[in-house]
Formats: sequence, C-alpha cells, structure tokens
Amino acid sequence: MRQLLFLLPLSTFILLAAYFGLGLTKDPGLIPSALIGKPAPTFDLPSLMPGEEGITERDFKGKISIVNVFASWCVPCLAEHPIWMQIHNKTSIPIYGVAWKDKRESAIHWLEKHGNPYIRIGYDPLNVFGIEWGVYGAPETYIVDKKGRIRFKHVGPIFPRLWQSQIFPLVEKIQAEK
Amino acid sequence: MIVELGHFTLILAFVFSITQAAFGFAGATAQRIDWINAAKIAAQVQFLFTTLAFAALTYAYVISDFSVRNVFENSHTLKPLIYKISGVWGNHEGSMLLWVLVLALFGAAVARFGDNLPSTLRARVLGVQALIGIAFLAFILATSNPFERIIPAPVDGQGLNPLLQDPGLALHPPILYVGYVGFSVAFSFAIAALIEGNIDASWARWVRPWTLLAWSFLTGGIALGSWWAYYELGWGGWWYWDPVENASLMPWLIGTALLHSSIVVEKRDSLKSWTILLSILTFALSLIGTFLVRSGVLTSVHTFATDPDRGVFILGILCLAIGGGLALYAWRAPYLKGGKLFQPISREGGVLLNNLLLTTAAATVFLGTIYPLVLEVFNGSKISVGPPYFNATFVPLMAPLVAALAVGPLLGWKRGDIAGALSRLKATALTAITVFIFVAWTAGQNSVWAALGIFLAVWLAGGVITELAKKIGLGQRSSTESWRRLMRVPRSSWGMSLAHFGLAVFIIGATGLSFWKEEKIILMQTSETTEIANYKITFNGVRDQKGPNYIARQAIFTVQHKDKEKFNMTAEKRRYPVSQQETTEAGIKNGWLEDLYIVIGTNDGKNGQTVRIYLMPLVSWIWMGVLIMVLGGLFSLTDRRFRIGIPERRKIAGPSPVE
Repeated sequence: MRQLLFLLPLSTFILLAAYFGLGLTKDPGLIPSALIGKPAPTFDLPSLMPGEEGITERDFKGKISIVNVFASWCVPCLAEHPIWMQIHNKTSIPIYGVAWKDKRESAIHWLEKHGNPYIRIGYDPLNVFGIEWGVYGAPETYIVDKKGRIRFKHVGPIFPRLWQSQIFPLVEKIQAEK
Repeated sequence: MIVELGHFTLILAFVFSITQAAFGFAGATAQRIDWINAAKIAAQVQFLFTTLAFAALTYAYVISDFSVRNVFENSHTLKPLIYKISGVWGNHEGSMLLWVLVLALFGAAVARFGDNLPSTLRARVLGVQALIGIAFLAFILATSNPFERIIPAPVDGQGLNPLLQDPGLALHPPILYVGYVGFSVAFSFAIAALIEGNIDASWARWVRPWTLLAWSFLTGGIALGSWWAYYELGWGGWWYWDPVENASLMPWLIGTALLHSSIVVEKRDSLKSWTILLSILTFALSLIGTFLVRSGVLTSVHTFATDPDRGVFILGILCLAIGGGLALYAWRAPYLKGGKLFQPISREGGVLLNNLLLTTAAATVFLGTIYPLVLEVFNGSKISVGPPYFNATFVPLMAPLVAALAVGPLLGWKRGDIAGALSRLKATALTAITVFIFVAWTAGQNSVWAALGIFLAVWLAGGVITELAKKIGLGQRSSTESWRRLMRVPRSSWGMSLAHFGLAVFIIGATGLSFWKEEKIILMQTSETTEIANYKITFNGVRDQKGPNYIARQAIFTVQHKDKEKFNMTAEKRRYPVSQQETTEAGIKNGWLEDLYIVIGTNDGKNGQTVRIYLMPLVSWIWMGVLIMVLGGLFSLTDRRFRIGIPERRKIAGPSPVE
C-alpha cells in the first residue's frame, strides 16, 4: 500500500506527459479546435463603437473574413497589431475585431492609440462570443470562408513569418474556391 | 571564424558533458578516486567551453555579424550596445544557450566548491548534472543551432522586439535562469541520494545553500519581470496570471516548500522522502516552465518558437528527466528509513502545513494554466480561465498560510506549545485587530477585504518581531544580555526573519494596489489642468524626440501636490521604424506611499491628448517586500554552517542507511 503511494507522482506525470504528447502531435500554436471546417457558431455582438453596427455570423457569408479576438490588456495583441495594420492597408480582406473581456473605454483608447485595422468591431465583455467560439486567450485569429465555415484558428500572436508561410497561402486558396 | 569556433566549442562542451557523466557514475560505482577527479575536471572544462561558445555568439551580436541567421533575425545596427548584448538571449536559440551556460556554471561550482561532500555523492551529483547538460546540448546542436549562417549576408538585421528593449528585461532572463537552473542542483542531489539510498541531515545541509541561491534568484527574477510589466506595458498592473508568469510561479511555490522542508530534514531528520519528491518536482516545474515557454503549447508574448520538432525534443527531455526521476523515486524512496515522528502542533507540523498549502497553491495554478487545453483536447469544449479563477483559488490558500506563518516559528521542534505561542502574540493580535478596524472604518469601498490583507501583514510582521524578541529574551533578561544574544543570532535565522518580514511588506503593497488604485482617462488640451486625489496635473504639450533607434513623442506635465513642491513628469510613446512597433514609456513618480503614473495615448490632431493617470497606492512596497525576501535568502546563504563542513548536530544527524 505504502509502495503505491510512492508511485502516485510517477503515474500523475505519465498522464500529463501523454496529454502534452497528444497536444503536440496535433500541432502546437494551432490548438486543435473542433470548429475547423464547421459553420461559424451563431452569435450577435453589439458594436464596440457606440452607434455603429455590431457583428453576427451572417456577416461572414459570401466573402472571406478574418476574425481577430483582441483586448487592450493583452500584450501579445499589441505585438501582433502591426501586422493587422499592414493587412488592412495593403489588402482588401475584411478583418472583424472582437474586443474580448475588455472595458469599452480601454478598448477604444487602445485602438485610437495604435490604429484601427478592423472593418467592424464586436464588443464582448462577458465572454459570450468567447464561449461560443472557444476562445482560449487573446489574441486569437480565425479565418472564415465564403460559406461561413471556420477554416483556420490560431491561438496567440500572428507574426509576419506565420502570415507569409501559412495564413496568406490559405487565404489565397480559399479565395480561389468557388 | 569566431562564430565557427563557437559552434566547435559547443560541440566540445557536449563531448565533455558525456565524459563527465561517464566518469561521474562509473567513478562512484567503482569507488575510483581518479575517475571521480576526472569527472570534476570535465565539469569545469565543459563550463569553459560553454562559456566560449556563449562569448562567440555575444561577439557576433556586438559586431552585428548579420551573416549569422540568429543575429540577423534578432538584432539591428542601430540598437544600443546593451540591447545588442541582451539580444543574445532575447530569442529561442540564444536563450537555450544561456540556459546551458548556467547549468554548466552550477556543475562547475559543485565540482569546484563541493569539497565537503562525500566523494561518491559528489561524483553522482556531477553525473546527473552532466546528463541534463547532454540532453540540452544535444537539443541545441540538433534543433536550435544559434551559429547557423546565411549566405549572402543581409545588410541589416530585423531588430529585437522593442518591448524587450529595456534594462529590466535585459537582466530578467539571466536572473530567472539562475533560479530555474539552480534547482537542477537540488534535483541532482535528490537523484544521487536515491541512487545511494541514503539521505540524512548532512545531505540536507549540502543541498540547502544551492536551493537558497536558486530560490533567491528565482524570486528576484520573477519580481524583475513583474516590475517590467508595471512600468513598460503601461496598464498599471503588476501581475496578469499570464501562462508564462504562472510557469515561473509554480517552481517558486514548490521551491519555497522545498526550502522549508529541507530545514526539517536538516534539524530533525524527518520529512525525508517528501523533501526528495519536492526536489524532483521543483526542477520538473522549472523544466516545464522552459517547455511551456518554448514549445508553443501555451502562447504569449514570451513565446519565441512554435516549432513542433523542438517541442517533441523538449518533451522527450522532460519525460526522461522527470519520468526517470519519479520512477527512481517510486522504486527507491519506499526503502528510505522513515524519519522521526512529531506532534501535529510543532515546528515540523508548521512546516508541513506550509508545504501542503504551497503545493496545493501550485496545483491550482497548474490546473488553471493547463485545464483549458486539457478540456479542449479531450472533448472539444472550451472555457477560458482568467484572473478571477486565480483570485478565487490562490488567495484563499495564501491567507491561512500567512496567518500560520506568524505562529509557526514560535513553536518548538517535535512538540509545540500552541497556547504559549499564541499568548506571546497577544500584543501582535491587538495591534493587527486595531489596524483592521481602523482600515475597515476609514477606507470606503472594498474596505473589509483590504483591511483583511493589511491585518494579515501586520499579524505576520508582529509575529516576526515577537519571534526575534523571544529568541533574544527581550523583556525577560537584562538588556545587555538581550543585546549580546541579538548579536549572536545566526544568519540563517536573520534570513528567515527578513524573508518573512519581506512577505508582510509585499502583502501590504499587493493589498493596497488591488483595492485602492485610482485611475482617470481624459482628453487633455495644452495647459489644461486635471485633478486626481491630492494632485493637480497640468498638461504642457508634446514634443518630438529622437532616440538611438526610435522616435519618441513626449508629453510634459507639471504636477502640484496639495502640500508638496511642484515637479515635472514626462510620458512617452516610442515608435521603432525597423519593426513598425510602438512602445509606451509611462511617466512614473515613485513615492513611499503611492506612485503617480501617467501614460499617453493618441493625439487627436487639435492639441488634444488622451491621457491616462493612475494613482498606485503602496506599489513600491511590492518590490520592496520582494527585495527584502531576496536579501533574506542571500543573507541566510552566508550562514556559518554552510561554509564549514562540520555538521553542528552530529549526534542527531547520523547517517541512515538503506534497510
């Protein structure tokens, strides 16, 4: 019996290692999401900007869209912010923002300060969108195709290398689809 | 040429770590002193070669040799020299090299300064250290070679993330790594003791200085990171429960538990297999800290690499080190001779309570950090865990810990007198309750919780003073006798008092900032004045300033406190053209009781300026408290009994061989 007690740490560790192994084979960074290939979950968010139109999943139909979850308190969001500004300035792909678990004023100030790359911004202080879409943490990025299906999910900041090597080719591929 | 030499010396370091492991284990088994000496020399040579490799990479950074891919990707000619140097470890490859360098440093230190250790134990410790070194050197050489060239060499580099260009963050990784990697020594001692099947009081005394050193640096490293977040991120916070912060907090919690349980092994020859387990776990969590940060399983601003090959490699190392260690533990620990028994109410009992609460706290942090990922892998459901979870689970575990902390050191070993201890704390209790009522009465919103925090801090500080007073017989003996005793209080005991007192100071700071922070966000026109608490703040306009590799927009403010002199403050936004990024340099006026903290936002084009002003009460107490804790650790490290090899309590501390 006493012997079994000493086995406890080892067995706990084996379980954890198995889990991490599973996580890694499913590609780190891209946290495996049950949503890939499925229609975007329904939601209806009010706009962050007073008086403007909010977002629902119906907005994504008929064109490729990027959905980016951000928050003013989130440092990695700031780190990836320049790339959204570039995409906004250089391409016509619409980027929808979701201000997640944030204070309205803080998020607005943050955008004023660093620039606003978003075509529209939903406001999700209570994690309603977050629960529906399975947001693990900010920043998080989704690509939704013309039929409104989620095709890509990335947890964590997007850096130029990742954009060029993975995301942009995928965007081009989706754009070529009928 | 120098870069190739660096690569070559790194390979040599790898070869010597194999030599060190082979001679260490073989020498200990065969009891051959010449082999053991060979392992000692190998450890020092390995350190020398790792240092040379590190120096070569640093050299490439200093001269901006962009034909080296690592330098190209992380440096820039315009960067100030200090950030060229800190750029060496501001990326995945370089930081792994730093990790190995610190590991080799500790190995060499055990080889060089461990003369009071039994030679077979030292040989095995060196052997285990070398095994860890082999694994990580192989990792670097196979997957993360920092010396890789690019041909043709680009003209200029891509620059270092501007957020990382900061003096606080330049020092943060090396200090943190000394902490993380320092626990490898405790791990190696634990493994060596399991192999030898022998752990006793002298073992604890040998491990303790290394644990203290690692603990002090880890504490300092975490605080430095938190301080950086406070003044650089511009959000007026100091702890975000970010996965990477949690990754450093977990080894700290278990390491703190280890620090305390090893005292029980040393003084009372008890809690032995538990202490071994904590040694293994502390280093395991240090490794997981490295792993979480590097592999991309968890992402955050700290994450450098998302490369599955590396992740799998590190996972392999982790499985070998932790799995191997725990398997050895499961196999050998049951045969370790049981320790001495003690009553639940005793100093040992206090330490055990401390250990239970600290490990539980570490477990809750661990769960909160990985639970969302676990859930998603298993059934695809999603949740997110944020500060509310940690505040709801972590704080309630720390409160009883602090409450008990005042009492524990007043209890005797083996069987404590709880009534006696509590009666000594009468004055402390009275003071703390008075303060509680005062704070709850005067401080408006959230005052009961805030008052509780301050109450705990006063209670703990009072406990520390009471314990010191008891030790020197204050009030019971003549004042000259008390003075004489005060002078003879051992340094380790001073260390304990300092560390506990520092915790009290820290709690006051954390409580004050959590409950009494004030903030104001407004749009200010030039020469407009606004008020926050007792301050009148006038905005004098903005000016542009050119830094070495950035352009700053600087806003100038004149601040008038109700009953102090006027002073100026500036807050900046810096734009780094190379990476198109902006950073915030908050204007901070430090004070003993409060910091005034100003951050600027956008300019609306009509002289209007968004300004965020925070009043941060007691925030400097946070860093002050941690600094006192670190000093306590370092002071304890200079204790006489660590410098001389002769155990003080031979009679109790006899060896306890395997049954």
